[in-house]
Amino acid sequence: MVTASELLARSGFAAGQQVQAIPSFGSERMGAPVVAYTRFSDHKILTREPILNPDAVIVQDPTLLRTMNVFEGLEPGGWAVVNTRESPNEVRQACPGAPAETGRLATVPADDIVREYLGRPIPSAALLGAFAGLTGRITLEALAESIRRLFKGKVAAGNINSANVAYQWVVDHRGQEDQGAPGGIDPVDVERPSTSELPIAVAGVPEMTNA
Amino acid sequence: MLELLEGSQAVAKAVALTRPDVVCAYPISPQTHIVEALSAMVRDGRLKNCEYINVESEFAAMSVSIGASAAGGRVYTATASQGLLYMAEAVYNAAGLKLPIVMTVANRAIGAPINIWNDQSDSLSQRDSGWLQLFAVDNQEAIDLHVIAYKIAEELSLPVMVCMDGFVLTHASDVVELPTRDQVDQFLPPIVPLEKLDLNNPRSMGMMAGPDVFTETKYLAHQTMIQAHKVIARAAGDFARTVGREAWRPVRVWGPDQEDRPARQGEIAVIGMGSVMGTTQATAIHLWEQGVKTRLITLGSYRPFPARTVREAIGSADRVVVLDRALMVGVGGVLSADVRRSMARMGIPMHSVVAGLGGRSITERSLAKTLRQARAGELGELEFMDLKQDLLSDAAAAVPAPPPVGRVAGSAGRATAGGGAPAPLANAPADQGDPAASGKGGR
Repeated sequence: MVTASELLARSGFAAGQQVQAIPSFGSERMGAPVVAYTRFSDHKILTREPILNPDAVIVQDPTLLRTMNVFEGLEPGGWAVVNTRESPNEVRQACPGAPAETGRLATVPADDIVREYLGRPIPSAALLGAFAGLTGRITLEALAESIRRLFKGKVAAGNINSANVAYQWVVDHRGQEDQGAPGGIDPVDVERPSTSELPIAVAGVPEMTNA
Repeated sequence: MLELLEGSQAVAKAVALTRPDVVCAYPISPQTHIVEALSAMVRDGRLKNCEYINVESEFAAMSVSIGASAAGGRVYTATASQGLLYMAEAVYNAAGLKLPIVMTVANRAIGAPINIWNDQSDSLSQRDSGWLQLFAVDNQEAIDLHVIAYKIAEELSLPVMVCMDGFVLTHASDVVELPTRDQVDQFLPPIVPLEKLDLNNPRSMGMMAGPDVFTETKYLAHQTMIQAHKVIARAAGDFARTVGREAWRPVRVWGPDQEDRPARQGEIAVIGMGSVMGTTQATAIHLWEQGVKTRLITLGSYRPFPARTVREAIGSADRVVVLDRALMVGVGGVLSADVRRSMARMGIPMHSVVAGLGGRSITERSLAKTLRQARAGELGELEFMDLKQDLLSDAAAAVPAPPPVGRVAGSAGRATAGGGAPAPLANAPADQGDPAASGKGGR
């Protein structure tokens, strides 16, 4: 989660934006809902408040859709990316706060994609690939470069592949508001890392904070 | 070169550029990332000629720092919250021994109740320790300050706390620029200790001082601290020139229209320290367009307290609002006490706004509301920002009122205290009914 926020900030920074990435300070516990914020700006960012009215929301854990309004405060015309096999319209039904406008809400089976191409249940890079496909606010090249700065070798390659596949998924399903992936995804012919050689989890899992 | 760095990583890199001889710290959130990064740099050789010493506690961390500094080394440590309290005895000794140690305090609340989040209670609790306390508004200032702090510490031969808001700065990734190695080497020459322990020239440090010299020792410490203003201003200016850009300053006076002019009639002077001033700046820009005119006085130096500069910056403001990130329970804000002392006889109303205790977010919306209330003359002398009245009434309902002790002043006092607080005694101080003493939060 924190890594996703930083990857997003790095991708914006690579495009010449002023950026700020703020984790959900110290409240990360296993299983607890967590949130991290990223700001992009053309000017120096002065404020340090948490983002209350985002232009975009990326939802990593779809089980939250039915327990809280994860889209609270989303600006009118804002974007949302949800990690789920459900279609955009199914998400709207589950969580009425989701963007109603066609083309503003993308769903992507990011868990399936990273299981296939990364070998670990860490969907950050895939979701950012989907974000790039939906909004165009970051490029796949900048995202790949940011991933390479944080990860090495097969983990980097797996994350980049996942981002590319998720990007393509969103582009291919643009405008298909009833189209989900109920049975998961079909493996696409992309070179995959061997899961047995991957190191221990590197991102996305909330860490315990020593008090 | 601009780069995106987590605040803690940026600070670790800045500290490494100062070429410390000894780093000794005990981990505690939210400071841990800084010393973790430094220990990794020592281990893999990126930070050469530096000894990283593992210890069992903060008390030991400061004690080792004292020893290493007394031996003439450039020494770095870091802590927060309860860790700072645990080392407090040694903190005072470092100042009394005039040892130029630099310590990061990643500002955090003090328990109980335990709370790992940001406010400024920890370092402000050590305000009388004889250390300098310098505050960063953002991570760029935090980088700058760690380099500037060594220059000031070694010139004055006094220890310096570099205070940065825990999590809000330490864990946020921002676009920053580190000084180059050459720039730091040029700005900060190797340490020349005023005094040091030397086997070839044996002497004692930290001897007992009896009633015959103790007052004079403290008087001299006071004078040195007052002299520090000039040293701080010079070091900050030299650093800015060395890196060729804006850098940290001991006091910054800013308004949306213009920098570096005092507040005028019709304006509110807003005084604060640390990251809240960034959010306040963003708020002030919007408010200016709505006719609420503010002048922000950001204190980079808390100890020594720049009273004269603050007085000048307040100028002829209509009123002063102090954003207090630490509370003296039963009295009011810590920072506002210093501000009040420096503006004695100015005849300008001052409001203390206790905000963001234990990590509660300080939002632009709440700041704007507070400043609009100040403009309208509706702000109390002591306010608690975003106080949750519903929680207070729940708490009052859950706790039965204790039996009255002594003579009871009357039922009115109980009613305003929510029915749950002990009834005030008839011989209680006269300011029991004073709105300044009782607070008027949650408007």
